[in-house]
Amino acid sequence: MKTAVIVFPGSNCDRDAAVALEAAFGTRPAMVWHRDNELPDLDLILLPGGFSYGDYLRSGAMASQSPVLRAVKEQADKGVLVLGICNGFQVLTESGLLPGVLMRNANLKFVCRDVDLVVDSTASPFMRGYATGQQVTVPVAHHDGNYFADDATLNRLEGDGRVAFRYAAHDNPNGSARDIAGILNERGNVLGMMPHPERAVDPKLCGIDGKAMFTGLVEALVPTIMEG
Amino acid sequence: MKAKVHVTLKAGVLDPQGKAIGHALESLGFEGVGDVRQGKFIELDLDETDPDKARARIGEMCEKLLANTVIENYSIDLEG
Repeated sequence: MKTAVIVFPGSNCDRDAAVALEAAFGTRPAMVWHRDNELPDLDLILLPGGFSYGDYLRSGAMASQSPVLRAVKEQADKGVLVLGICNGFQVLTESGLLPGVLMRNANLKFVCRDVDLVVDSTASPFMRGYATGQQVTVPVAHHDGNYFADDATLNRLEGDGRVAFRYAAHDNPNGSARDIAGILNERGNVLGMMPHPERAVDPKLCGIDGKAMFTGLVEALVPTIMEG
Repeated sequence: MKAKVHVTLKAGVLDPQGKAIGHALESLGFEGVGDVRQGKFIELDLDETDPDKARARIGEMCEKLLANTVIENYSIDLEG
């Protein structure tokens, strides 16, 4: 299975993501620099957290216009899985791969702590390792995580089972609309989420509630490889 | 020609930064300030000399990059 982590100037969770992917997939992901405009054939692309291009203009705005993102979009259109975490989620909304926008946290503070999440929809390869209604604890670390979209879009996301994670009702850290923490695209092959599952894959560090995402992805991708 | 682009939050989109600025003004003793909304101001120096073409071009820039039209409006002023 071939995975890649996209590295922008200012990414800072790229190596954590690589460690989590390697632990689950058993192979090292390709680390792809933002100037590259071609990607090899891949099964999974990960857009990591951080502060790509210093968050200039808007978080994720500059990265969404980078050469590598054109290649990511092409792959996403072909059905390749794309996972955007934190800044990666911001890049996905800015690039139009996911609807809505991530605004400044409602309380204006950078929030860096564990949050309780509730698994909403498991209908995607990313969520295969989780059960609907399951509560998990995963860290967040962001200033711009306040998810916003118009009511029609929010209704559509909910109606189509495209909300993957919500913050537990008592634990919305940023003011996100309808407690949304992670959403899928229409086809279900692009997931953006503010919490960091890659930081919760080792019992010695931040728990292991993020691990099921990566092991679930391995399970989801194995049959494809066997058939392909 | 020079162009000035104002990017502002759409009506109805919460602006906690604008609110915080409003509170700060109040605590400094500036009375009578109602709603405060914060935005961005971007100045562009363009080779284009035809105002209509410049306006159309900047509109494209705003749609593609300068504004996020999910939450932001933009206005364009041309000079010279």
